[in-house]
Amino acid sequence: MAILDNDGNRILAKYYDKNVFATAKEQKAFEKNLFNKTHRANAEIIMLDGLTCVYRSNVDLFFYVMGSSHENELILMSVLNCLYDAVSQILRKNVEKRVVLENLDIVMLAMDEICDGGIVMEADSSALVQRVALRTDDIPLGEQTVAQV
Amino acid sequence: MVIKAHLSRGSGNPFQNIEKTTVLQETRTFNDTPVNPRKCTHILTKILYLLNQGEQLSTTEATEAFFAMTKLFQSRDVILRRMVYLGIKELSAIAEDLIIVTSSLTKDMTGKEDLYRAAAIRALCSITDVTTLQGIERYMKQAIVDRNSAVSSAALVSSLHLTKIAGDVVKRWVNEVQEAVNSDSVMVQYHALGVLYHIRKSDRLAVNKLVAKLSHMSLKSPYAVCMLIRIACKLLEDEDSSGGGSSDSPLFEFIESCLRHKSEMVIYEAAHAIVNLRRTTSRELAPAVSVLQLFCSSPKPTLRFAAVRTLNKVAMSHPEAVTACNLDLENLITDSNRSVATLAITTLLKTGAESSVDRLMKQIASFVSEISDEFKIVVVQAIRALCLKFPRKHSVLMNFLSAMLRDEGGLEYKASIADTIITIIEENPEAKETGLAHLCEFIEDCEHTSLAVRILHLLGKEGPRTKQPSRYIRFIYNRVILENAPVRAAAVAAMAQFGAACPDLLPNIQVLLARCQMDTDDEVRDRATYYYSILETQDKPLANHYIVEGLQVSIPSLERALHQYTMNPTDVPFDMKCVPLAAVPSEEIVNPSAKGGQADGMLISAASSGSKVLAVAATVSREESYAEKLRSVPELVAFGPLFRSSEPVELTESETEYVVRCIKHSFPQHLVLQFDCVNTLSDQLLENVRVEVETPTGYQLVQEIPCPRLSYSETGTAYLVFQFPEELGATVGTFNATLKFLVKDCDPATGLPDSDEGYDDEYMLEDFEVTLGDQIQKVTKANFGAAWEEAGATHCELADTYSLSNMGTLEEAVKNIISFLGMQPVERSDRIPEGKSSHTLLLAGVFRGGYEILVQVKLALAAAVTMQLTVRSTNPEVAELVTSAVG
Repeated sequence: MAILDNDGNRILAKYYDKNVFATAKEQKAFEKNLFNKTHRANAEIIMLDGLTCVYRSNVDLFFYVMGSSHENELILMSVLNCLYDAVSQILRKNVEKRVVLENLDIVMLAMDEICDGGIVMEADSSALVQRVALRTDDIPLGEQTVAQV
Repeated sequence: MVIKAHLSRGSGNPFQNIEKTTVLQETRTFNDTPVNPRKCTHILTKILYLLNQGEQLSTTEATEAFFAMTKLFQSRDVILRRMVYLGIKELSAIAEDLIIVTSSLTKDMTGKEDLYRAAAIRALCSITDVTTLQGIERYMKQAIVDRNSAVSSAALVSSLHLTKIAGDVVKRWVNEVQEAVNSDSVMVQYHALGVLYHIRKSDRLAVNKLVAKLSHMSLKSPYAVCMLIRIACKLLEDEDSSGGGSSDSPLFEFIESCLRHKSEMVIYEAAHAIVNLRRTTSRELAPAVSVLQLFCSSPKPTLRFAAVRTLNKVAMSHPEAVTACNLDLENLITDSNRSVATLAITTLLKTGAESSVDRLMKQIASFVSEISDEFKIVVVQAIRALCLKFPRKHSVLMNFLSAMLRDEGGLEYKASIADTIITIIEENPEAKETGLAHLCEFIEDCEHTSLAVRILHLLGKEGPRTKQPSRYIRFIYNRVILENAPVRAAAVAAMAQFGAACPDLLPNIQVLLARCQMDTDDEVRDRATYYYSILETQDKPLANHYIVEGLQVSIPSLERALHQYTMNPTDVPFDMKCVPLAAVPSEEIVNPSAKGGQADGMLISAASSGSKVLAVAATVSREESYAEKLRSVPELVAFGPLFRSSEPVELTESETEYVVRCIKHSFPQHLVLQFDCVNTLSDQLLENVRVEVETPTGYQLVQEIPCPRLSYSETGTAYLVFQFPEELGATVGTFNATLKFLVKDCDPATGLPDSDEGYDDEYMLEDFEVTLGDQIQKVTKANFGAAWEEAGATHCELADTYSLSNMGTLEEAVKNIISFLGMQPVERSDRIPEGKSSHTLLLAGVFRGGYEILVQVKLALAAAVTMQLTVRSTNPEVAELVTSAVG
C-alpha cells in the first residue's frame, strides 16, 4: 500500500510481506518503476514484477494497493477504494499533497486501520473515518490555531 | 502547529528537511508536564515519517525514543494516544524493553474508551511474546466476543498474527472465535473465519466440517465468502491429489453456487477458483466462463482485467471453452488499458482460427513497444503456442519474432523469444533455415552471454545438416573474434561440430581452429587444441564419439565419482564406465531451464581431465535422487552403481488400508525392488514390514531388508535384492507379491501400542512385471546415421519382421514400441509427418552392463501395421533378447 507524490516520491508506504522487497532501497526502486509505468496512463490496474497493482490518482497524489498476482483483483480494488475514500473524507475532499502532509498523522492512523500485517481490517471508508478521525471536526480549525497562538 | 503551518505554506513539504538527530532531540519535549498534545503528535509524526522513508534507527536510539514515548500515556488526547500505539508498533521490531508498557496497554484495552481499545489490543499483541501472552489471555478472550466490532476484529486479527508465535495458546480460544463467526459485523465474521481456519488447518476433517457448515449459513461478508471459497478449493485439491474427488462433491457445488452471489468480488473469486482447479472439465467451466464473459463488458477496468486474465488462463487448458467469448475479447483489443488489451489478444491467439492470425499480429505489432517485459513474454508464449498449432503460419510469426528480437529488452524476454524460435526450428523442418538465419543475426549483436552460448550450441547441432553449412561458419567465427571467453569457447565447439560432420569444410575448419589455439583464454585454447587434434586424425568413429555425441554420463554423478577418485589416489586410470549414464529427460519435464542445463552440459569438452569439469546445475534426474537414497542403505552399496530406476508402480488401490508402490532399480548384476509402504490405519502400528515375492525361475534372492516399524501415515521402505539370471531371456517375467507384517493395535491419538503383543498378518498385492525397458537406459545419439554405420562393422545384427495386428495407426505403434523397449527415440523420429503410410523409427539405448543397443524400426501401414526390426548391439544375447521380447 503506498501513496506517492507526482514525482514518484514516497509520501507513505507500507509493505506487509517481508519476502517481497525486503529493503527500503528495493521498495523505492519498485515504487519508481511503478510510478513510471502508471503516471501517464490512467488505467487503474497493472501487473509489475509479479504483483498486481491497482491505483488511482488525484491532483498530485497517487494511491496504490499491491497484492500477489494470485490475489483477487476486486479485493485489492475494494481496499484501494477504501483508502482513497477514507483519505478524501478525512481531508474534506481536498485530496492533494499539501493537505495530506498537514494531516499526515491522521492518514497514518487510517492506513493502520485499513490493514494490519497484511490482513484487511476494514474496507468501509465511513466506518474507518469514524474510527480514526475523531478530530475531523476541528481540522478546519487549523486556521484558528494559528490565530490562537 | 505554528511551525508546521508555517512550513507547509512555505516550502510545500514540511517533512522535507527533517533530520533524524534533531527529531530524536525533540523527543525530550515528551517529558514536559503537562504534555502538549499537538506538539508531541507532530514530533511523533515526524519520527514515523522518517521510519517510513526507510531511515534506520539503532537499538539505543529506538529504545530512547520509545521510553520518551511512554511518558505520553499521561495525556488524554485521543489522537496522541493513538499515535503512541502506532509508534510502539513501529518500534517494536528495533527497540528493547517493550514489556514495560504492557500494563498501560492492558489498562487501555479493558478501559471504557472504545476508541482506545481496538488499537491498544493490536499494539499490545505486537509486543507480546509467548510468556507475556499468558497474562493477557483472559482479556483477549473477552475482546474476541466484544460487542464492539472494531474491538472484536482487532482481537481476531491479532490472534491470527499470534498463531505464528504461540499457536497453542490461540487454539484455546476456539470457542470464542466460533461465537465471533456468528457476529453481525461483516469484518468480524471474516476475521473470525480466518482464525478458525488457522486453528484447524492441520485437521482436514475439521476443516471439511467447517466449510460444510458455513456454506449453508450464507455468510454476510463477501470477504468471508471469498475466504471460504479458497478453503474449499484447497480441500478439493487435496482430495484430488489423494484421488477421491468427484465433480458433484458438495464443495464444488458450493463454489458453483457462489457464481450467483450478489457481490462481484465473490462471483469473480468463484469463477477464478473453478478455473484454477486442476481437474475441471469443460462442462464445469462453462458457467464460470459465462460470468467472466459478462465481466468483460464491465465499465470497470479492474473487472475487465481480472476477467481477461482468468480467461487467458482458461485458454491455455481449454481453448474451446473460451471460443464463446471471442467477440467480447475482440472488443477489448482496443481497450485503453494496455494490459487488458494484451491479455485479450493473447487469449484470442490461443483460441482463434488460422485466418485471424495475420490480423491479430498486426494489431499486436502496433503497440508491442508500449507494454512491459512481462507482457511481452506473455505475447511470445502465445506466439509459440500458435506456431505449434498452425505450422503453416511460421513465416509471419517468425518475422514478427525476429523484429521483437531486435528491439530493446531484458534477458528473460530475449531468452523466451530465442526459446520460441528454437522450438519452432525443432518442430517444423520448413522453418529451420529461416529460424537459424534469424538467430545468427541475433548473436551478431547479443549482450547476453548465456543466450549466445545456447544459440551457438544449437548452430553446431543443426547447422551441419542444412543445405549450406558453410554460411554459418562466418557467423560463428565472428564470435571467436569479437566476444568474451565463454562465447568464444562455445563458438569453437560449434565449429568443431561442423568439422566433424561436413568433410568438405574440414580443411577450412582446421585453419580456423589452429588460429584459435592462440587464444588468450585457457578454456578456448584447450578446446581448440582438443578438437584440432581429434579432427586431424581423420578418424570418423573417434570424431563421432568425442565431438558429435558429447558426454552421456550424468554430470552430478561424474562429479562425485571424480571427487572420490581424487580423494584416493591410485595408479589405475579413471574409468568412465563406472559413472552411471544420464537418463534422457522425458518430454514432459523438459522445461526451458532443463533445456538450458542440457545445452550447458554439452559444453564440457575435456573428458579426460577431471579438473575442468564445471559444476553445472544440471537437473537432477530421477536416477540421481534414487541413487542418493539407495546409497544411504549400507547393504545396497556393494552392488555397484545404479543403472536405471523405473517409474513407481502402484501395487494397491490408492484407498486401501496399506498403500504400496514398487520401484525397480537395475544394477549391473542385480535387481533391487524398493517397496514404499504407507500405513493408512490410525489404530495400527506395523512392525517388521516385508514383501514376499514369487519370482520367475532363474532369479535368486540375495538379500532382504524389511522396514522395522511403520506407524500411521508414515512411509516406510522395504527392499528386496535379487541376482539377475545368467540367461538374459529369463530376466523378463511376472512377480507375485505379498505384504507381510506384524500388527499391533495402538491408540490413534498417541500412536503408542496398547500392548507389546501383536499378530502376524498379510496383505495381497497386485502382480508386477520386470520388463526389458527396466534394464535399458535411454541415451541419445546426435547423429544416428554415423553411429549405425559404425555399429554395422563392429556390432552383431539381428533382424525380424512382425505384424502388429492390434494397432490401427503408426502413432500408436510408435508409442507402444518406445514404451515397451524403454529406449530413446533419436533425431525426432518419434514424430510422424501427417498422412504418411510408412515411417522409420530410430532408437538408442544401453543395456545394463554397458552394452550399446541401436534399433531401427521400419513401419508400414496397410490394413495393420507391419514392422521390420533391426537390432545392432555389442552383445549378441542382448540383441536376441530385444527381438524376442518384441515378438
